[in-house]
Amino acid sequence: MEPLVTVGVLSAFVVYGTFVAFVNTDYFVDPYLSPFFSPCLASNCEEATWDLFGTHWGFSPALLILPFPLGFRLTCYYYRKAYYRSFLWSPPACAVSDFRSSYTGETKFPLILQNVHRYFFFLALPFPIILLYDALRAFRFEGEFGMGLGTLILLANAVLLGLYTLSCHSCRHLVGGGINLLSQAPIRRRLWGVSTRLNARHMQYAWVSLFGVLIADLYVRLLANGVFSDPRFF
Amino acid sequence: MSEAVTLRIWRGDAEGGEFREYQTSTSEGEVILDVIHRIQAEQANDLAVRWNCKAGKCGSCSAEVDGKPCLLCMTRMDLFETDETITVAPLKAFPVSRDLVTDVSLNYELAKKVPPFNPVPPEPDGTYRMQQIDIERVQEFHKCIECFLCQNVCHVIRDHDDNKKHFAGPRLFIRVASLDMHPLDATDRKDLLADELGLGMCNITKCCTEVCPENIRITDNAIIPLKERVVSRRYDPVVWLGRKLRSRT
Ligand code: SF4
Ligand code: SF4
Ligand code: FES
Ligand code: FES
Repeated sequence: MEPLVTVGVLSAFVVYGTFVAFVNTDYFVDPYLSPFFSPCLASNCEEATWDLFGTHWGFSPALLILPFPLGFRLTCYYYRKAYYRSFLWSPPACAVSDFRSSYTGETKFPLILQNVHRYFFFLALPFPIILLYDALRAFRFEGEFGMGLGTLILLANAVLLGLYTLSCHSCRHLVGGGINLLSQAPIRRRLWGVSTRLNARHMQYAWVSLFGVLIADLYVRLLANGVFSDPRFF
Repeated sequence: MSEAVTLRIWRGDAEGGEFREYQTSTSEGEVILDVIHRIQAEQANDLAVRWNCKAGKCGSCSAEVDGKPCLLCMTRMDLFETDETITVAPLKAFPVSRDLVTDVSLNYELAKKVPPFNPVPPEPDGTYRMQQIDIERVQEFHKCIECFLCQNVCHVIRDHDDNKKHFAGPRLFIRVASLDMHPLDATDRKDLLADELGLGMCNITKCCTEVCPENIRITDNAIIPLKERVVSRRYDPVVWLGRKLRSRT
């Protein structure tokens, strides 16, 4: 059952993400920007965060940024476990035989590339901060301070993504796990402690943050299509 | 109150064997090892089963119950419905000696590949000091009772016999972790992990963690941190470039 759910949810997410990236519209409803398009870095953005690529970029601006979070999740230790089990059946479940008779683990190309995870961690690190910035911007409605349901959704999404990123195993290693004498590095020891506590829930954060991104985009998309209007708290 | 129960137990030796069915009774609070002992006493005096402590602390009684690797002395009978037949088999990853007893010497052979604890020089007053925070991580690994359930469930060796030569397995990874993370150990085992012990063969699917009766978080706290340490050694582009340049000159 569990592998089926994993296959279903991950495939649905990939299909949805591809769809959203190529449809390339309905991702901004003032002041809400969909996380699939944030930061928006080209002139063809509905709302450019930073016009880095100007008019040189003619494709969907989502394609400029999605490779980073995608690579981060693809090489994530938790997602690896999830898709090795559910997609590759290696193993399908504990004490159930592998699907394939030969096995080299993560020692050969392409799976040896999983070792780059920590570099994706660095690349993914700015995203929660940028999304937090988006969420803070979503407190302004036509120059006035306000808050709508969308504001809360964007805020929750940024926080969840932050928790997912900071609970990463590579993060845990980099902040302190890699040294043996934590007692002599009080700051790293504290950071390692925080990361370790978060890390215990990494799987949960992986899933909720995935749904967070999905819901945030869907929300903006539905608003853009006038399916309903954003409930405003003030 | 005692209840009737049916067990299918694997009987045989290295040459081969079969499952045989035994009907007996069980009473409240029993574990499956109690029932096996009853069968041994009443119906099958020659049934071989290894055990010592009956308290989940010696790691002798590992077997597979309904296909799930577990300690026979810690698997309570009330986990099962009374009308179901319970299947008890020897560990799949190791050669059978007889009945439920397997030969786990492979693990001791693999252990020889790991260089033992090698203390750093003592402090000027001739003593050693450790901070609790530095030794805490390692203490989790010392809980291991060497039941080898993790080795048995690990698909790298369970399903691929040929890997036994170059894959140390989760039990030994926590052993290496306990040494490599030790505040007073001077030996570096990262190249060994990558080249001889097959750390890269593990695909972190966590079955070892799921079966460990001591609840050691083998994958999260030992294997993944070791993989990260190996990444620093092997796959850090700066380090890699430095090595390339040095080997050129
Ligand atoms: S996590 Fe690695 S060592 Fe543990 S059972 Fe899975 S493949 Fe084997
Ligand atoms: S790590 Fe756990 S499962 Fe593996 S041998 Fe030790 S106690 Fe048994
Ligand atoms: S993001 Fe999951 S381990 Fe790094
Ligand atoms: S008999 Fe000692 S662990 Fe079961």
